[in-house]
Amino acid sequence: MLKDVTLGQYFPGDTVVHRLDPRTKIVLLVVYIVALFQASGWWSYALLLAATAAVMLLGHIRAKNIFKGLKPMLFIIVFTALLNMFYTPGRPVVEGWIITWEGIERSVQMILRIVLLIAGTFLLTYTTSPIALTDGLERLMSPLKRIGVPVHEMTLMMSMALRFIPTLIEETDKIMSAQRSRGADFETGNLIRRAKALLPILVPLFVSAFRRADELAVAMESRCYHGGEGRTRMKQMKLQSIDAFAFALGVLFLAAIIVMRRFHL
Amino acid sequence: MTVIQFEQVHFTYPGEPRESLAGVDLSIESGSFVAVLGHNGSGKSTLAKHMNAILTPTEGRVLVHGIDTADADRLLEVRRKVGMVFQNPDNQIVANVVEDDVAFAPENLGVPPEEIRRRVDEALRQVEMYEFRQHAPHLLSGGQKQRVAIAGVIAMQPEIIVLDEPTAMLDPQGRREVIDTIRRLCREKGMTVVLITHHMDECVGADRLVVMSEGRVVADGSPAAVFSEVELMEREGLSVPETTRLLYDLRAAGLDLPLDALETNACAEVIAAHIQSVCGE
Repeated sequence: MLKDVTLGQYFPGDTVVHRLDPRTKIVLLVVYIVALFQASGWWSYALLLAATAAVMLLGHIRAKNIFKGLKPMLFIIVFTALLNMFYTPGRPVVEGWIITWEGIERSVQMILRIVLLIAGTFLLTYTTSPIALTDGLERLMSPLKRIGVPVHEMTLMMSMALRFIPTLIEETDKIMSAQRSRGADFETGNLIRRAKALLPILVPLFVSAFRRADELAVAMESRCYHGGEGRTRMKQMKLQSIDAFAFALGVLFLAAIIVMRRFHL
Repeated sequence: MTVIQFEQVHFTYPGEPRESLAGVDLSIESGSFVAVLGHNGSGKSTLAKHMNAILTPTEGRVLVHGIDTADADRLLEVRRKVGMVFQNPDNQIVANVVEDDVAFAPENLGVPPEEIRRRVDEALRQVEMYEFRQHAPHLLSGGQKQRVAIAGVIAMQPEIIVLDEPTAMLDPQGRREVIDTIRRLCREKGMTVVLITHHMDECVGADRLVVMSEGRVVADGSPAAVFSEVELMEREGLSVPETTRLLYDLRAAGLDLPLDALETNACAEVIAAHIQSVCGE
């Protein structure tokens, strides 16, 4: 059950979406999120939905994988939807009811907004290898180096955290099985009891994480790691015509959404 | 030519009462395949960690190509000459994609991108992991991960590869893959290889076998010669290959057999020849 976590997962591939420069994709994601919060009418949402679906098709990402990633967010989505449904003033659906037509509209849009927001982020991580992603971030943030922000170290930490997520998940699974085989019970009891049951998992997990960190540091030093200075990269990032095209498309998209907002579409 | 030279090396871990290395003299020749054997706590891993300056001697010195490993200014020089492969494959793979991990060392050394690409492809081919270059490391088997780790070291183009119990966490299949890879590198590429291990059978193909015990070198010679010292090996808590064991027991029973036939076939031939000579009389 722990293996279902899709956070930070990458589906290798060789599609147009995969080939885009990671910097382009990060900037486009920002554009997409801005557009998402500018959307006001059904037509805007339709456009956003269509754009998301188009990227999914181009990147060969199945809807199943997006929905899998949405599961942990289900509570927040339902909660937001319900709040909006009950607390939006307007015409009641049935005379005397607290639910209004405006409320239903708002809550459906809210659901769409959250789902699209998460889907967009997933599309980025699904089609961009974590290394490319952190490289892209490093390059985008490199101006910050001048004011003393340790950009290289931060992005290296990020990519390594991503690298070790599956390893640590596997380890957690193993520890849980080991505890379970000795009669530990993680599923029943109230919240406090279950939290207490987690302790025998967390302690060995952390101990092992520290040991891993230690060994990893030695292994990195053995391979001549000495900070970001003088480092080169095998995969050079070059913006290509396809990136220019994607940028243009992104700008047009944002412009369209802003124009639609003026007409409440 | 001597590539690594230990001169009266003593080493004590901070806070430990006992010396982990108690005066080691050892020189490793270029192009040789040296196996270092010892039980747990014999100091064999400590010895390995001295070869690329992860540890530096508390007394004595270690020279890599004439460079003292204690010289902090030349640390990088030592480390690019001596590549290290560790026990746990999971804890030495840095990147999320196989080829990016192999590129880590040359990237650190500031090698130009096209050259890194060339080295990475070549290294992955040498360990037969080229077709896995786009894979995520956590989806590989233990043996495959360890081969990726070896490729990551080869890409650095070191002169010596030191492997610190690279098979300890692997299943038999993975062990075979890794040992075959190491042997091939040594035989075909003329790499200098130091293999730290506690498996007898992994030492059989080596040019030289060094046995460690309590921080000292207790035996040093060709595997056939060292394993022939059955009493010594047993005193050190090490077993000998089954072939040597068989010959030793037959000798103890009064047969006149040599002890240095390590390979199964060689052992069988020696026994067959003996039977023939006895029956012939």
